Amino acid sequence: MSRKPNNAAAPEAADDIVRFDAVSMRYGRGPEVLSDLNFALPRGSFHFVTGPSGAGKSSLLKLIYLAAKPSAGAVHLFGEDTQRLHPSQLPKLRQRIGVVFQDLILLDHLSAFDNAALPLRIAGHKPSEYRNDVAELLAWVGLGKRMQAQPPTLAGGEKQRLAIARAVVNRPEILLADEPTGNVDQEMALRIFRLFVELNRLGTTIVIATHDQDLVARANKPVLNLEHGRITALGPQGPRPRADDE
Amino acid sequence: MSEPFDVARWRPAPFLPERDARDPALIFVVAVLCFLACLTALGVIAADRAAGGWANQLTGEATVIVRARGGETPDAAAARAAEVLAGVQGVAEARALEREKAYELVRPWLGDSADLEDLPVPRLVAVTLEREQPATADQLNAALSAQGLDTVVDDHSIWIKDIRRAAGVVRWTGSGVFLLIALAAAAVVAFATRAGLAARKDVVEVLHLTGAEDGYIAALFQLRFARIAAVSGALGAAAAAALGATLRLIGGGEGITPALPIAWLDLLAVLPCPLIAAAVAAVAARLTATALIRTL
Repeated sequence: MSRKPNNAAAPEAADDIVRFDAVSMRYGRGPEVLSDLNFALPRGSFHFVTGPSGAGKSSLLKLIYLAAKPSAGAVHLFGEDTQRLHPSQLPKLRQRIGVVFQDLILLDHLSAFDNAALPLRIAGHKPSEYRNDVAELLAWVGLGKRMQAQPPTLAGGEKQRLAIARAVVNRPEILLADEPTGNVDQEMALRIFRLFVELNRLGTTIVIATHDQDLVARANKPVLNLEHGRITALGPQGPRPRADDE
Repeated sequence: MSEPFDVARWRPAPFLPERDARDPALIFVVAVLCFLACLTALGVIAADRAAGGWANQLTGEATVIVRARGGETPDAAAARAAEVLAGVQGVAEARALEREKAYELVRPWLGDSADLEDLPVPRLVAVTLEREQPATADQLNAALSAQGLDTVVDDHSIWIKDIRRAAGVVRWTGSGVFLLIALAAAAVVAFATRAGLAARKDVVEVLHLTGAEDGYIAALFQLRFARIAAVSGALGAAAAAALGATLRLIGGGEGITPALPIAWLDLLAVLPCPLIAAAVAAVAARLTATALIRTL
């Protein structure tokens, strides 16, 4: 499905957690990596972002987790136009987002437990308030016996699950995962996917960027397909197009 | 075999690794800069004291040149001038110097063969002034003229002015050198912070994207480099104090030379060095870290 350009702001549905209004993005003075994106993600939804390498999947996620700014258009997050927010307001917004980075970015000098507890420390909680929750979460992702281990000593799948534990420990309202099954075998990919489904069942909005078509096919979840920075298709239950685009 | 993990005993680990392979080099460089800064401070204090001492000595003395008039002999004129001067308020003592003293002063120009007894060589009167309210050159001149004496009064004011000017130059130069060294230390710390941030980009990125405020991240680096600078400052200050103490000991009661007298109390001047180094490092690290985080 092709998307026609549209710069008009549409009234936001009350339950939209993310809304893109005619969003384009470029790095520096380079070419546009995302062009005129218009879509909205309802709260509690589960979406895949698919497309070939270089299609703009990671850039789209970066806009949502506030690691990049659009060069045109507006990104609305939790009902706020992120462009209009003061930089001092962004950290609080980021604390409501969980991210599984493509390259995981675990801190090698910290234990698995410290890595997983990191967002709670940042949010200012006392260790006594969360240490049992962190232990429980690590056990839930299958790292109950590896809590003291440092990331370099963990296997690929363990690192992936640790990154997921860190992303969800603060009970984020939205979880973004960039190629979360990129470095694991099929069995581990399915286990990780089941984790996401379970989190979604508990109310977390999930957005997964992947080029794993097998996983997408098996999951039967809405898909937003990108090619050359443009939305080329919204899957059978894809993200709701903006009202004025219909 | 390692002990099983006890969740109840877990304590959060520091976000930044406690040790970095580059720390020893940084500590050495900052310690050397602090050592140089402390030495500069000690040098300025000692030079200031020396200049003050010289000025004080000269302020308390005056020299009067007396020329004989009429049938009066030079020795009689000098004795009379000393007597007159002793009676002036603000003069503690006036003493006519022996004729040999006067001859010694002119002999380099006239040679040993000259018969100085035949020449009207002026005599000298050494005057010691009272410390509290010393007599001025004008007062001395007035008293001597009133008694018909042909004299020239030298209260050393030209020398005192020169010494005070020299002391000022030393003080300002020392302060300038001190400031330059402090700036160099700040630049080193800023450079190290930048390198530290680059090496710990993963920490900065994760903290930033999980919602840490810029100030919180900057504070981690600020604290780390302030601590390193404080340790370096303490090492540099201790080395400078040790060198100062050595100079004081081997130089005797007046220090290494009377020109640079170091007192034991002067060594206390190095005490603020660790604090100043930590403050400079904290500011440099804060500014550098904040600027870099904003580029993320």
